[in-house]
Amino acid sequence: MSLSGQYVIAGIGATEFGKLPGRSTISMNVEAIRAALADAGVEKDRVDAVLVKPPTSDFQMHYVMKLASALGIQPKLGGGWDQAGAANITLISMACMAIEARQCEVAVVSYADNPRTGSAAVFSRPRGDDALYGWFGTLPGYAMIMQRHIGEYGTPPEAFAAIAMAARKHGAANPRAQVRNPLSLDDYLAAPPLVAPLRRDDCALVSDGGGAVVVMSAAMAARLKVPAPVPILGWGGGQTFFDVAQRPVLTETMAKVSGPMALKMAGLAPGEVDCVQIYDCFTIAALMTLEDYGFCAKGQAAAFVRDGALEVGGALPFNTSGGLLSETGMPGMQLVHEAVRQMRGSSVNQVRGARNVVVSNQGGVMQTHSTLVLGQ
Amino acid sequence: MSGITADRSGVAGAYWAAMDARRLTFQRCRACGAAQLPPREECTTCLSPDLTWEQASGAARLISWVVYHRAYHEDFAAELPYVVAVVELAEGPRLISNIPGDGAGLEIDMPLRLVWGERFGQVLPWFEGVG
Repeated sequence: MSLSGQYVIAGIGATEFGKLPGRSTISMNVEAIRAALADAGVEKDRVDAVLVKPPTSDFQMHYVMKLASALGIQPKLGGGWDQAGAANITLISMACMAIEARQCEVAVVSYADNPRTGSAAVFSRPRGDDALYGWFGTLPGYAMIMQRHIGEYGTPPEAFAAIAMAARKHGAANPRAQVRNPLSLDDYLAAPPLVAPLRRDDCALVSDGGGAVVVMSAAMAARLKVPAPVPILGWGGGQTFFDVAQRPVLTETMAKVSGPMALKMAGLAPGEVDCVQIYDCFTIAALMTLEDYGFCAKGQAAAFVRDGALEVGGALPFNTSGGLLSETGMPGMQLVHEAVRQMRGSSVNQVRGARNVVVSNQGGVMQTHSTLVLGQ
Repeated sequence: MSGITADRSGVAGAYWAAMDARRLTFQRCRACGAAQLPPREECTTCLSPDLTWEQASGAARLISWVVYHRAYHEDFAAELPYVVAVVELAEGPRLISNIPGDGAGLEIDMPLRLVWGERFGQVLPWFEGVG
């Protein structure tokens, strides 16, 4: 029997986003989990699985043991998942599968980090022996992929700007967003390149904060009288080679595997999707994910995203809370939260009549990908 | 003197020793014939450990490139702007490299040829456009 619709996100919770000086990642995780449990109306003592993406900027062993101790929980299933920005959705899917296997009943999935007031050095590190060539940082990896896309398909700056402008427009309406000023095409084009062809407004925010969700079966949610459970319709994943140089095709992401997997499980075609929350750490990642999910043909995103197609009221409303470009640079959990709000009808940029939403998470330099489909 | 040096441990030792003699090499699998970089203990195609070295012709094409306008390390500040490229050798393997200059006139898939450079006392295989 398909697991589509058998599991739910029962609650969501987050800290504030932006600069949170003096907050430890453990404390932010605890706050997010406390808020998510309150949203679900579930007591802490019900939780028997704690699944966490360890902090990107301070990756450490045994992190989830320390967090579970701070939560006062001795879970049946506890651990951290090293999959970069794809981890949150993967952990949600793993929670569903563990519950299905009767290994646990109520899972929390959480993430917190403080690269803005702490150290962001992880994003600037040398790439092995390639440091001899000046090959440093996460951002240039995306620039390398973006240049190839521009060269192969003639993708113009306006296409990348359209993605950033949609995220910033939606973030401007979100009181929780870290950056709330809209972006014009002139602003986008005027910013000098950091690592060409990437410009300032192509790039995710760097943010402190935490976010969590509570996962359980739909039957358990009914039994516990959870007020607003949101059904999980599908999920999928994929992973490619670590070094950008070693990927046979630079302009494809594992979204081409992960997306169809999740949509098939949900019983949906790309044309039936009402709303998307796409991982927009850099505009090129979002643009390629839209192509690889099948919303348009490979190389045709420039035509697809123009004329406000990604804005509420357009063909495919995108990142309705502002995403990584405007709400918070957090790697992915905020996108799941916004998808839940869309299905509950409580988004500040609500898509009228939306009955499903597709969320992408991806990580590293597009090595990993995960997809989640939520419904009503 | 920069702290950035080649890691010559293990199988990479032979790669960098050849580089010091201005020979760009890659690995060829004796079991399946696949060519690969970076150097590894096993073939990524058939997993055989039976690998040998061949010298690259120096002919290549440009897969993609970026232009750094911001230094991620102080030792590169004086080089800005500089180009880092993904280069595919005619024999198949790909590597990260540099193309001297500011990136003007580069196009994806353009033919390249090997030119030797040096940074931090290490001989490096750089590339330039043909023609």
